[in-house]
Amino acid sequence: MRPFDFTKVTTVKDGITKKNDVSQFIAGGTNLLDLMKKNIAQPETLLDITGLSTTIKTQKTGIQIGAMVRNSALTLDKEILANYPLVAKAVLAGASPQIRNMASTGGNLLQRTRCVYFYDTELPCNKRNSGSGCSALNGNNRMSAIVGWSEDCVAVHPSDLCVALTALDATVRVTDKNQTETVIPFKDFHRLPGTTPDKDNNLPSNAIITAIEIPVNPFNKHYAYLKLRDRDSYAFALVSVAAALNIENNRIVDARIASGGVAHKPWRWLDAENFLKGKEATTANFQEAARIAAEQTKPLEHNAFKVPMLKGAIEVALQNCLTA
Amino acid sequence: MEKDYTLSRRFFLKASGALMALAAIPSTVKAYYHEVKDFLIPPKQTLPQTLTINKKAYKLTADTRATLLDVLREELNLTGTKKGCDHGQCGACTVHVDGQRVLSCLTLTAMLPGKKVTTIEGLAEGEKLHPMQEAFIECDGFQCGYCTPGQIMSAVACVNEGHTNSVTEIKEFMSGNLCRCGAYNGIVEAIQKVAK
Repeated sequence: MRPFDFTKVTTVKDGITKKNDVSQFIAGGTNLLDLMKKNIAQPETLLDITGLSTTIKTQKTGIQIGAMVRNSALTLDKEILANYPLVAKAVLAGASPQIRNMASTGGNLLQRTRCVYFYDTELPCNKRNSGSGCSALNGNNRMSAIVGWSEDCVAVHPSDLCVALTALDATVRVTDKNQTETVIPFKDFHRLPGTTPDKDNNLPSNAIITAIEIPVNPFNKHYAYLKLRDRDSYAFALVSVAAALNIENNRIVDARIASGGVAHKPWRWLDAENFLKGKEATTANFQEAARIAAEQTKPLEHNAFKVPMLKGAIEVALQNCLTA
Repeated sequence: MEKDYTLSRRFFLKASGALMALAAIPSTVKAYYHEVKDFLIPPKQTLPQTLTINKKAYKLTADTRATLLDVLREELNLTGTKKGCDHGQCGACTVHVDGQRVLSCLTLTAMLPGKKVTTIEGLAEGEKLHPMQEAFIECDGFQCGYCTPGQIMSAVACVNEGHTNSVTEIKEFMSGNLCRCGAYNGIVEAIQKVAK
């Protein structure tokens, strides 16, 4: 690991002032330290931000989760469990209890892909070394994307929490280098790879995430998070689905369907959602929504199995919404 | 043969002459060497810190890169905590920080001042084993024993968190600790026993 300076920052302002292109914020460290051990991340200074933004606040418009709130705290918070239970469900599907005790909410958004070629420094990877090529495109791409990928990168975003956050139209509160606060809608936060896969997201350079906000929503009755993976627990998703329905008199007023493990960013199946709006909550309609989503995929050589998996997962997740 | 000898003698004289010249300016060469080294290999940074481990305060100066796992094992001789993967994938290094189970391989000691660390060595009270340690022995919760300290630290936390309502729940909340011997059934049994 490259030697580095270590500084604990006391306020957001302090952190932003000290942040530059060769320094990095450290929160939970569960991803960053791993990347530093592999010499993929080589910051010259680490800025410890564990003292900042540590609270969950209930507001009139929704809930504000401090960026430093640990993942496990999200699964225990009464307000989240009562009104945003999809968030807790998604978090519990990810990582292990130890990692959830360490990992932060803001850090969860910024975790890097788990594509094996990104981690293998001997092989080309456009995300790690821009312009070197994508080893996964024609390599072992079993875990890779089935939608939104480019010739330059087929990696997927590994988060479960982010799948729930995009389904619930969350926003990301950011303080940039000029100390200006901005709010980024979740759907615009993460990026598709295009020709610049080295950029995972649209966080301005040297900015800091201070909070995640979820607007008040009617999705606390009918919701489900389904994660399909190589083992029952503690594995990254092959395909995951966050589904939420607002049902009145057996009619779907609003629907949300999002997926992890399928794209470079947490993916929303907007056409499938729109199809369900105004329809009855029936198996046939759920199947049709799943078909619409599955039709929009474009699998690679080794991950075509993900398409029927996704189709089944969406249907089952929607069914599970009715019994949640 | 004669020619070779002459050549090598000439080389010897040249080389020793060059070395003598270098020896005459040792400080300059040394400084240059350090300059090059510092450019190629950034110098290590250290931080003085006080760690509270098993209710005991340890004062040390550690590399900023030092993980809790390495400091426990290499500096403090608390080798009960094991290094498995060193990448947060196996759970062998599980310890408690402020009562919460965490992975010591992904924890920098620089981030620990003011926090209380408990390792497997801190569970027993003198000669009296912790109930979870007793239960692991009684239920055959291990074979080779390498993952056991991590399993026990995780199991104690699992009981404290209250995630012991069913075998499925125990398995889910112990999934961060791998056991290559496959002593899982014994581990689950031990946890059920303590949870009662």
